[in-house]
Amino acid sequence: MARIIVVTSGKGGVGKTTTSAAIAMGLAKRGHKTAVIDFDVGLRNLDLIMGCERRVVYDFVNVINEEATLNQALIRDKNCNLLYILPASQTRDKDALSQEGVGRVLDELKKDFKYIVCDSPAGIEKGAHLAMYFADDAFVVTNPEVSSVRDSDRMLGLLASKSRRAEQNEEPINEFLLLTRYSPDRVKLGEMLSVDDVQDILSLHLLGVIPESKSVLNASNSGTPVILDEKSDAGQAYADIVARYLGEDRPHRFIEDKKGFFRKLFGG
Amino acid sequence: MSLLDYFRISKVGTASVAKERLQILVAHERSSKNQPSYLPQLQKELLAVIQKYVNVGQDAISVSFEQDEEQETLELNIVLPDQK
Repeated sequence: MARIIVVTSGKGGVGKTTTSAAIAMGLAKRGHKTAVIDFDVGLRNLDLIMGCERRVVYDFVNVINEEATLNQALIRDKNCNLLYILPASQTRDKDALSQEGVGRVLDELKKDFKYIVCDSPAGIEKGAHLAMYFADDAFVVTNPEVSSVRDSDRMLGLLASKSRRAEQNEEPINEFLLLTRYSPDRVKLGEMLSVDDVQDILSLHLLGVIPESKSVLNASNSGTPVILDEKSDAGQAYADIVARYLGEDRPHRFIEDKKGFFRKLFGG
Repeated sequence: MSLLDYFRISKVGTASVAKERLQILVAHERSSKNQPSYLPQLQKELLAVIQKYVNVGQDAISVSFEQDEEQETLELNIVLPDQK
């Protein structure tokens, strides 16, 4: 049975697209046929993060409007042949996505794919609503920062009341916390909310912590999901998250400050 | 973090302030999320009616809505001025 995962946050710039690209690649690398859909109509960016921006011919809205078939619009990833990208449209028509149309495309994808990752736009407008509406699982991407935590809480309220599962009185969406841009050394100094602080407020199942990392910008610069940078801390953190999501028991990493005594002493 | 940081370790970080602010805010937003949308208007109109008879201020009245599995409760609290 296919599962639909929404990557959401409310707030912009917290790492939704980075996370969508990384976990979609992670799931595909683990042998599951995966599609990742950009719901940010008008501000398409997943294609850039996945490095397929020059191969976009048709998009999500073309498929909804039946101007192209799903197979014409899906772009096969260059690094993994089990991963496909459905890019967003660059149209400025904010009503381009319809609930009926999105439902139809997802139903068609479900026949062929194991996981469908929906990269939500920021905000709580139509694109964000439709990205989460059909979800089975929600990855709530949060930064250890007040506005992000507040917006995540707001999104949790919407997931619990405005989704298809909520409306049809089905089992609620499984919600998971992904804490991104985490700096253990700043947490230690009392300058940043800790994992425990954020969990005290949001009471969510923690899927993983992604440390603040140079590798994320390097990955987006080159258009390769950061999970493929297997030596990097962020890449490993995402690999752990995919493994945990698939049911493996992996101890949490990147929460403690691991710098050695001398590096602390002399900075760096 | 460098050697210098050890001399200002006593400085209280701002994370605890952030947590406290968030806990208050989130609790407030969660409780108001389930409230019916007519509540602010109801409060305004009730205040207008009461002010016709009693000289009370804007904050003399509070309307709160609570919901559990059994029932929904609308609580109305009016503070009358001291009689002199």
